[in-house]
Amino acid sequence: MSAVQPIDLPVDAETRRQLRAGEAKVEAPVKRTKRRLTSRGATIASLIIAVLWTTPTLGLFISSFRPAGLVTTTGWWTIFQNPGFTLDNYTDVLAAGNSTLNLAGSFINSLAITIPATIFPLVFASLAAYAFAWIDFRGKNWLFIGVFALQVVPIQMALVPLLSLFSRGFAIGGTQIFPGLNAGGSYAQVWIAHTIFALPLAIFLLHNFISEIPREVIEAARVDGAGQGQIFFRIVLPLTMPAIASFAIFQFLWVWNDLLVALIFADGAVAPMTKLLAEITGARGQDWNLLTAGAFISILVPLIVFFALQRFFVRGLLAGSTKG
Amino acid sequence: MSAFLAWIAQLPPLAQIPLVIIAFLIVVALILFFIEIAPRSGKLYTGIRFAVCILAPLLVFLALGSVAWAAAVAAVIGGVFFILDYRSKEGGGYLFQLVGFLAPAILLLAVGLIYPSIKTIFDSFYSGRGTYVGFNNFIWLFTQPSAVRTVINTIVWVLFVPTLSTAFGLAYAVFIDKSRGEKFFKVLVFMPMAISFVGASIIWRFVYEIRPADQPQIGLLNQLVVWFGGEPVSWLSNSPWNTFFLIVVLIWIQTGFAMVVLSAAIKGVPTEQIEAAELDGTNAWQRFVNVTVPGIRPSLVVVLTTISIASLKVFDIVRTMTAGANETSVIANEMYTQFKSFESGRSAAFAVVLFLLVLPIVIYNARQIKKQREIR
Repeated sequence: MSAVQPIDLPVDAETRRQLRAGEAKVEAPVKRTKRRLTSRGATIASLIIAVLWTTPTLGLFISSFRPAGLVTTTGWWTIFQNPGFTLDNYTDVLAAGNSTLNLAGSFINSLAITIPATIFPLVFASLAAYAFAWIDFRGKNWLFIGVFALQVVPIQMALVPLLSLFSRGFAIGGTQIFPGLNAGGSYAQVWIAHTIFALPLAIFLLHNFISEIPREVIEAARVDGAGQGQIFFRIVLPLTMPAIASFAIFQFLWVWNDLLVALIFADGAVAPMTKLLAEITGARGQDWNLLTAGAFISILVPLIVFFALQRFFVRGLLAGSTKG
Repeated sequence: MSAFLAWIAQLPPLAQIPLVIIAFLIVVALILFFIEIAPRSGKLYTGIRFAVCILAPLLVFLALGSVAWAAAVAAVIGGVFFILDYRSKEGGGYLFQLVGFLAPAILLLAVGLIYPSIKTIFDSFYSGRGTYVGFNNFIWLFTQPSAVRTVINTIVWVLFVPTLSTAFGLAYAVFIDKSRGEKFFKVLVFMPMAISFVGASIIWRFVYEIRPADQPQIGLLNQLVVWFGGEPVSWLSNSPWNTFFLIVVLIWIQTGFAMVVLSAAIKGVPTEQIEAAELDGTNAWQRFVNVTVPGIRPSLVVVLTTISIASLKVFDIVRTMTAGANETSVIANEMYTQFKSFESGRSAAFAVVLFLLVLPIVIYNARQIKKQREIR
């Protein structure tokens, strides 16, 4: 809610500082009244929820700094009776790995898999969602419902057909139409797989936001001579930014934390952190102390992403485009 | 395509990220550019449209490394499409735009989800060895007590997880809205979303773990029971309650999702409406029920739907915490188990039942979509 500046006036730093001070003066009483609105009961209830939700994670956090022997014999809440502080879990987990890769390398892999696999589906989904929301064609509703229903296809079902498509290609009656990606040991397979699996939900969520844009806004642009491409790029995309940002956060988290797709498509030197952590813990998960540290290393990036994109969870969808 | 991917794969990982994204964005920019100029009239634009219709499929097929004649067929189909587009009722370029917007997503979905789904439906009528068995897989599924139990468990999951996590998320979002330290409070509840399912399972092991009564407990829940003078309980092995203790884990994870989405929706409710209700002398609860909830209804439906589907497909939590032992199995876990034991037919039958379970959710949403269209 900053002051409106219709054009960028050439203001020097001093003026800008004064403007900001003025804004703060105007907004301070507003903020005060807002604070007074929350009641005491609500505060207590939200505190209870917050405590309940953080306690299990806190336990893991404390456990990750305790020696392995203590972790398996005493509860983490007895940290004061049984003191023990060590960074061994972290150093062990960072150095751990297999012959081709250590955890630091897989951290880079996770980044290289997750960033493109977040951007690709979002762009394709917003294109499709725009068509579903603002272009009329026969059978639109049925097609849209079909796309929506695809959400329920369990990933386990699609893995095997996709894998054979990537490695062996596609043939009709003995003729090779598509020879396969030949991309084992690279990120390409993982990118494509994640993009496909994310599309149904992304299209559905973005369509909900895009179709809420007031018709007048779109019509006005059309009257001004903008084609579909311009309307999409210059009006719809900026207005749906909050939705896109919030979905981007979730997609990032899902891909970052995914184990199933990584197990099938990312092997050898391109394995992400989740896969390596699962390997380190072993099939029986006896090394609890290592996994506690590993879980915390892998939680860092998602939290940074959440903080960085927080400001996109701003006021409503259409702040500033139309009046109510 | 293969060549490009092979070249990119040699680079260091951090260099691959920007290159791939730039290449992708160039392609998307081209699509948008051609969509923009498609409906313009005049010989030049018609010529461009014709060229794109022929060349785009050709280049796509060549980039995928297909045989020359397949690319030629694709180009011919493109030509036919151009004529259809040229003759369409809405004027030239209309179909062209539509396909430009929809084709990337629809093609990917067809390859990666629609084809596997159809294949699964066929598989459910065959045995694991590939002989046709009719409805035998389904008969087995609904006569085996353990299989029926699996289906019932899945229904239990889908009844409890969406309702409870949405309720908690909504209450929390309302309580902390516009309060001091809102961001901090949000992060506290959102944190479980950022932890992988495997990590979450480990965290909850530290809550549910049981030790014999004469030793110190290391599971928090049993420690509480002991403090209150009870005997330690083996939470995850007593049916039917163990399923509920697994459900708690998914609620714990999904509440953050509900909270973040609903919080954004609450901020979208016009303040004028809230203030007007306030002037009319309503109390906070009335304002919430009569102003806020109707205002965020679409988002509520989305959140409930998304979490319902996530709980129908729940796999990792059950797999890592109990592996389906002691009657905690759910459909997705059982699918995996059957598949591993070379019973692909039974696995597919489970998948079909999953489809049927989600139908009500799909139908409800389809109705919502239709309603929205009528309003507009």
